[in-house]
Amino acid sequence: MAQMIIANRLHDGAVVFLTAKEDWVRSINDGLILEDEAEQERWLATAKTHEASCRVIDPILIDVVVGENGPRPTSIREQIRAFGPTV
Amino acid sequence: MYRYDEFDHKLVAERVAQFRRQVSRRLLGELTEDQFRPLRLMNGLYLQLHAYMLRVNVPYGTLASKQMRKFAHVARTYDRGFGHFTTRQNIQYNWIKLEQTADILAALAEVEVTAIQSSGNCVRNITSDQYAGRARDEIADPRMYCELLRQYSFLHPEFSYLPRKFKIAVTGSPNDRAAVAVHDIGMRMHLNEAGKPGFEVLVGGGLGRTPYIAHTIRKWVAPEHILSYVEAILRVYNIHGRRDNIHKARIKIIVNQMGIDKYRTLVDEEWERIKDGPLEIPQEEIDRIHAYFAPPPYEQLEDATASLDELRSRDLSFDRWMKSNVVAHKVRGYAIVNLSLKAPGKPPGDVSADVMDAVADLADRYSFGEIRVSHRQNLVLVDVRQNDLHALWKELQALELATPNIGTITDIICCPGLDYCGLANARSIPVAQDIARHFIDIDEAADIGQFTINISGCMNACGHHHVGHIGILGVDKRGKEFFQLTLGGSSDQNASLGERLGPGLPQHEVPTAIAAIVAAYKELRADGERFLDTYRRVGIEPFKEAVYGPEAKKAVA
Repeated sequence: MAQMIIANRLHDGAVVFLTAKEDWVRSINDGLILEDEAEQERWLATAKTHEASCRVIDPILIDVVVGENGPRPTSIREQIRAFGPTV
Repeated sequence: MYRYDEFDHKLVAERVAQFRRQVSRRLLGELTEDQFRPLRLMNGLYLQLHAYMLRVNVPYGTLASKQMRKFAHVARTYDRGFGHFTTRQNIQYNWIKLEQTADILAALAEVEVTAIQSSGNCVRNITSDQYAGRARDEIADPRMYCELLRQYSFLHPEFSYLPRKFKIAVTGSPNDRAAVAVHDIGMRMHLNEAGKPGFEVLVGGGLGRTPYIAHTIRKWVAPEHILSYVEAILRVYNIHGRRDNIHKARIKIIVNQMGIDKYRTLVDEEWERIKDGPLEIPQEEIDRIHAYFAPPPYEQLEDATASLDELRSRDLSFDRWMKSNVVAHKVRGYAIVNLSLKAPGKPPGDVSADVMDAVADLADRYSFGEIRVSHRQNLVLVDVRQNDLHALWKELQALELATPNIGTITDIICCPGLDYCGLANARSIPVAQDIARHFIDIDEAADIGQFTINISGCMNACGHHHVGHIGILGVDKRGKEFFQLTLGGSSDQNASLGERLGPGLPQHEVPTAIAAIVAAYKELRADGERFLDTYRRVGIEPFKEAVYGPEAKKAVA
């Protein structure tokens, strides 16, 4: 399954996604989509180095489905993190 | 109102400076998250789904207008323009930036407010009756004892690393509005045989994954011995409480495993040792703290019954509001006014910065500048002249704070749930909004009568679901949100835990299920019976049938 790497930015707690340029961005549409399992693990290891260097907190891989409007996390929790509160 | 002395000011200022350095070190990478987490939690700062969350104490739910204005300033300057009042009478901000937190704490310290001990395994904010000092049914104002306990437990070195968090609630009234039976320690004021006020002390209550109603550990403790008695309870807990399993670390677990009699024996042994020592509170200290809570300069007034009756007869909306939101005051000519934070469609407990400022202004003009927060997530002006009620009502209407629903089915307790909280399994705010919309007819809500619905988005039970007449617990079933209903809970002087009704329901079926329960209650109720009374008389079966029986299935299909 396609995955993306999500985390909270250290200085403000904002939800961010890892990009192919090893940046962290606010919009899920600009995040890196990883189809291959080995790639997923490799990029997670990179993200963990950003945790160690105090850019982000708790980077994790999340499952996403890629549709016409871009990627969408499969779990409700990660949907809410990606798109904000529903109320 | 409590106030700081020079030690408090110095201590809090030093603590803010210390936290500022800790944040800098974290941002520079000198502290890891594992090292930093306990430090930020000691200052009330959590990391939630979208941002940091700051929990700020409102000691025993009493606020001055200048403190409310500062809350508005923080909401406007550092958050997204609103705050959320909680079941612990505190305020939480959902969109806080780590790099600004020390500035926020410094701003709050200017008005003698802190976030210290709003998290962590220590004695948390001490909560009380929102009508304390004003209620007609009360023996005496309990807040001076809350304040004594606050000062005593503030940064107490022995009790800063308890096995788990510790919550104390105190009431001065036989009608418990402070939910004392579901706290680690609950204190209920009683008169002894000589007519002296003291406290019945309860221990080992709590909600969460293992809910318990507290046991009475001692029927009456003299006020001057309150600190030593609480210290004995805390010390026994600190020694015997479990530290190997977070789910078994609260005092309720050890009290219920050991048995209340054994726990009492251990406490008594310890109390005997310390009772007549330095913790015995001298009368001058009791008098000094008591002066903090001196009543405001009331005018000599008569009750405005006739003029209010006239206004009520002319305006049904005003009459409805008077019936549900206004409570008798112990001083003639005055009234207690509840400000509903449960306008239909609004997240329960949320207040915008502009409304906070407006409430502060109303408090200054109508209520000696004091505001209360209730554990049911509403605000209260406790000293309103009866002659001002109509004018105040008009102003509250304009602010959407006059929904006449206090104590009714739409006065819902609701935690932030999965929309904000990192622990939640399901959203709770949309469920509250759906129910409020379903029961939007004020006359119907009034006909249903006294009714509590409490919603939690996970088993940690911040929304007190176990003690709602109807409790709603959000659960995750294979990635989908479901809601389990419990019936018959109560947090008053006859506290009880709700009983599970049946399998969890999807969100869209919750209002229908509640409507079915209400319809069954209306069929079954005897004259004057609240839902809870009917439930206790007839049991759960008729309600199970109403929600899960063949007729209910047809209705949903």
